[in-house]
Amino acid sequence: MNTPDTFDVIILGGGITGAGTQRDCAMRGLRTLLIERSDIATGATGRNHGLLHSGARYAVNDAESAAECIKENMILRQIASHCIEETDGLFITLPEDDLGYQKTFVESCRRAGIDAQVIDPDLARRLEPSVNPDLIGAVRVPDGSVDPFRLCAANMLDAKLHGGQVRLHTEVTGFIREGDAITGVHTVNRQTGEKRDFHAPVVVNACGIWGHRMAGLAGVNVGMFPAKGALLIFAHRVNNLVINRCRKPSNADILVPGDTVCIIGTTSTRIPFEECDSVAVTPEEVDLLITEGAKLAPSLSSTRILRAYAGVRPLVSADDDPSGRNISRGIVCLDHEQRDGLKGFVTITGGKLMTYRLMAEIATDTVCRKLGVDKPCTTAVTPLPGSEEKSYEAVAKRIWESPSMAQKAAAARLGTSAERIRSGNRLDDALVCECEEVSVGEIENAVERLDVSTLTDLRRRTRVGMGTCQGEFCACRAAGLLARAHGCTAQARADLQDFIQERWKGNFPIGWGDTLREAEYTQWVYKHVLGL
Amino acid sequence: MKIQEYTVSKYNFEECMKCTVCTVYCPVLQVNPAYPGPKQAGPDGERLRLKDPYFFNYALKYCMNCKRCEVACPSGVHVADLIQAARIKYSRDVPKLRDRILASTDLMGSLARPFAPVVNGVTGLGITRSVLDATLQIDHRRVFPKYSGRSFEAWLRRRAKEQAAYREQVAYFHGCYVNYNYPALGKDLVKVLNALGVGVQLLDKEQCCGIAYITNGMSDQAAKHARHNLEALRKAVDGKGLKVLTTSSTCTLTLRDEYPNLLGIDNSDVREAVLLATRYIYERLEQGATLHFRPDFRLKVAYHTPCHLERLGWGVFSERLLRMIPGVEFTLLDSACCGIAGTYGFKKENYEASQAIGEALFSQIRDIKPDVVACDCETCKWQIEMSTGFTVRHPISILADALEA
Repeated sequence: MNTPDTFDVIILGGGITGAGTQRDCAMRGLRTLLIERSDIATGATGRNHGLLHSGARYAVNDAESAAECIKENMILRQIASHCIEETDGLFITLPEDDLGYQKTFVESCRRAGIDAQVIDPDLARRLEPSVNPDLIGAVRVPDGSVDPFRLCAANMLDAKLHGGQVRLHTEVTGFIREGDAITGVHTVNRQTGEKRDFHAPVVVNACGIWGHRMAGLAGVNVGMFPAKGALLIFAHRVNNLVINRCRKPSNADILVPGDTVCIIGTTSTRIPFEECDSVAVTPEEVDLLITEGAKLAPSLSSTRILRAYAGVRPLVSADDDPSGRNISRGIVCLDHEQRDGLKGFVTITGGKLMTYRLMAEIATDTVCRKLGVDKPCTTAVTPLPGSEEKSYEAVAKRIWESPSMAQKAAAARLGTSAERIRSGNRLDDALVCECEEVSVGEIENAVERLDVSTLTDLRRRTRVGMGTCQGEFCACRAAGLLARAHGCTAQARADLQDFIQERWKGNFPIGWGDTLREAEYTQWVYKHVLGL
Repeated sequence: MKIQEYTVSKYNFEECMKCTVCTVYCPVLQVNPAYPGPKQAGPDGERLRLKDPYFFNYALKYCMNCKRCEVACPSGVHVADLIQAARIKYSRDVPKLRDRILASTDLMGSLARPFAPVVNGVTGLGITRSVLDATLQIDHRRVFPKYSGRSFEAWLRRRAKEQAAYREQVAYFHGCYVNYNYPALGKDLVKVLNALGVGVQLLDKEQCCGIAYITNGMSDQAAKHARHNLEALRKAVDGKGLKVLTTSSTCTLTLRDEYPNLLGIDNSDVREAVLLATRYIYERLEQGATLHFRPDFRLKVAYHTPCHLERLGWGVFSERLLRMIPGVEFTLLDSACCGIAGTYGFKKENYEASQAIGEALFSQIRDIKPDVVACDCETCKWQIEMSTGFTVRHPISILADALEA
């Protein structure tokens, strides 16, 4: 491939922080390259609630984070509407909770600029019929939900539209140094084995919890605190408002409705760094999530669970708190030239999905200062590609006049980018994923525009395989389309196997009842019908 | 660890394994590509509709509510209920005048009955059918059921005293069809039950079961009928300890299952007392009751199981009853929908699909050439008679004919 290997800035990490930083840098006119070891949003970005925090959760203990959250919340509603659902949220007080906390909570919210309204429990029951009917208090806040995969992909796409380059499945094996400065990276492509060097006067470490390792590779130390959080995905939405417990933040006290599912979480357990690459959900965590979740919405105790998963929060260690709950979720931007005397290296970490844009702005400001570039940040006022129009209903109507269910779903997923989906003939309109209504046209759009090399990559960009059947039907169809796009059937077969295995990994911790029945059925289909 | 002992979801939609058997058995999907099919319209679509009612798809109106998907489903998902419930909940379509007319079976019956000869003559005219087609989009090729000059209710009321003399009693939910169009079926039932030593009573002013209101988007109207009918059923079941017999498979399904499942109206106290007459009679005979049949009776019968009877799982009773009549040469027709689905096939936009769906059944009947087709559903009767030219009779009527005078 004849592409340049010299840039103004290289960003390491394809999570939301890296993608956001690349977009900001690219929009300020820098030549950017983003390098990601695996795929987009594979770390903490894609392994959380997908909660568009109002900041209320942090209001009592961490006023600074709360204020950042509500500000970014309002910005994301404007610039990332196709990734967001403006659902609102409730903070409920149950009989065993202290109703006195509500007053402190509401006052803290108001101080942070969060519109927190105390409402009658009766009104709460009517607004959200799934809520625990025993509640004795409720506060309404501007929470919402956000699709982190979509948000990450849209940031990266915009960076590319501004000339940025993205290299996924590419691992950094070492840094290129000139004296006391980092001037580039050695990389290897994990799929092709191709080794390449890339050069830039500034390298940004946006690797989340893996930033610890990356900093080590560069010869500096960033003390981090890996805190595992486990979550459960239920097979359909039981709630339409986010439900939180109005008490000191604790385990499993947030239930978020997102797209066609709802998610309960989380737990918080300190884990060793070696486990960051393979976190598994334990039976105790599943128990805890179901038990506590049913206190928010009793129907959860008898609602089918689709998957269990866990992520690792990239907290920056500050003290000896063993749970990690009291650590500030604040943003940490380290200019290693000032801190460690290492030129050309910046670490951006801490923070949250919610504050990714602000993190990117801070990191980009640092990069620009180092490069002597004086351009203002415009990411807070420029919509992401897809979010130019707010209502997916209007978008779908404009494109198709009388849209099918899959076209409606595509407009909800892609916003105005749905315009690019080919449709109007039997092949393009045929469904690949029946659970989530994803058409062949939408898959092809993702393959062409969004750097897809595997089925798992495709899933993150389209929701293929995220529905009730967990890839049972769509995986084969999608593998066929990928084989055609990449011109290799053998690779697609291996990919299919990996994909199904990965789906099973999430089913395993909750492998009972209908989920087990479905998995058994999938096995029959693959083994005995398809002979795989 | 504690596992969830059971999971529940509305209409069991979450228990769907995506096996797609329902899609294979859906008669509409075979002929109408605009219909998304039961899996898409049902459990798959429900997850999106829970996110935003915007995802409701108006193509759901193509569902005939035949319930074949539910019969096929190995996971107990109430697929058709889910689809009809979504239509009730989300559809903003206002029923057309045509739909209101087709759905108001009892109103139309009571209006038409006094002028039956005139009405029958007029609806039989080609010109009337062309006008109905042009003005109301009721397909001109459709043959209308004839109205009867005297209602079944009036007939039975005059015999109330005679019926009360029987030691055993049952109530009869005759439905609109028997009352206004075909009292002969009701009379046949009375004859058979009397032969078993059972007297027949009317309910206290039954109304149309309301199924046509449900499928035509008038569930409020249907709910009114349901509440009225349940009161009438309670008077018979709780008050007098009677079983309530029916001859229409669709009325039976509506009274027993659609009231609680689609209209949310609890009927658990009377549900088990509502029985199809063929089931009641078959069970009486099993328990030792006897009927005396004509020795010279000969009839070649091909039996068609209506979709709603398949859903009830009771087709076997009608079949067994026919088989036990001496002189009956019996053929069980392949399980297939005739395509009419109540008022569905009357609509101009559905006519072609309706006939295409029924074609497999029609051609099997034409091959067998029976003396008569037997069937427990009035709308199947219209469809099969119109499309094949063969006469269709209710199993009860065939049974009545076979009895010794």
